[in-house]
Amino acid sequence: MAHLTPVVMTDPNTVGGLIGGALIGFAAVLLLALNGRIAGVSGILGGLITATARSERFWRLAFIFGLIAGAGLYILARGSLSLELQASKPMLLVAGLLVGVGTRLGSGCTSGHGVCGLARRSPRSLLATMIFMATAALTVFLTRHVF
Amino acid sequence: MAQIAAAFAIGIIFAFGLAVSEMINPARVIGFLDVTGYWDPTLLLVMAGALTVTLPIFPLILHRSKPFLAAQFSLPRKTQVDLPLLLGAAIFGAGWGLAGFCPGPALAALASRAPGVILFVIAMLLGQWLASRFETRSS
Repeated sequence: MAHLTPVVMTDPNTVGGLIGGALIGFAAVLLLALNGRIAGVSGILGGLITATARSERFWRLAFIFGLIAGAGLYILARGSLSLELQASKPMLLVAGLLVGVGTRLGSGCTSGHGVCGLARRSPRSLLATMIFMATAALTVFLTRHVF
Repeated sequence: MAQIAAAFAIGIIFAFGLAVSEMINPARVIGFLDVTGYWDPTLLLVMAGALTVTLPIFPLILHRSKPFLAAQFSLPRKTQVDLPLLLGAAIFGAGWGLAGFCPGPALAALASRAPGVILFVIAMLLGQWLASRFETRSS
């Protein structure tokens, strides 16, 4: 099942990684300082499903449109964006379902637990981050090196 | 209104961060997760860059009585480690490893209009909805 798409090897993006990471951290700081919210993307998205108040929906939608618009602006400014999908369509479907169920059940994803939760010194987030990093690495090991 | 404008602008900054660090590219994320292969440490640098900003500044913000534009802070209420947390994190990790996409990069990557990205996001929404159904039934 592996290698339906070519395996892409990437070399470290040191400067981009640090600057990009700082920008993500800055965004998280702004959302907490201005709106009093945690910049956890799965939580912001999930709130659209369960939120009842209209004002709750609007800021969530605005953030998500901002995410898409930001990537769109980057494509316009730089001419392109490397986006190399690593899985077949059926696999992307399964992966999307797992990410949706898992982030809802586990109350967060890489941004919510990894960036914001750790900054809040939350033991739940530290544990969640260690677990999803471990199962993700194990999944990649199995799909790339075993099957 | 101010909060909605702020959320939109913050979404743009967040997406720039994902694009500049190339975390929006699943190949790079899987390169990080492939610890026994040709390992790419970039994701670790992104986490370090983000935490360098959030670790010292979050406590300063939370020390205030309220945020600048809202009446109060809305923070996660759960503090106990429970089974849903552990199980959910494990399931999320499996999906993340299969696709190389977590929610932020997947939503931002919709800008590419690639069919695979759209498919992933629809499946992710469906997964969140299914899990939320289970929550209301069990509580």
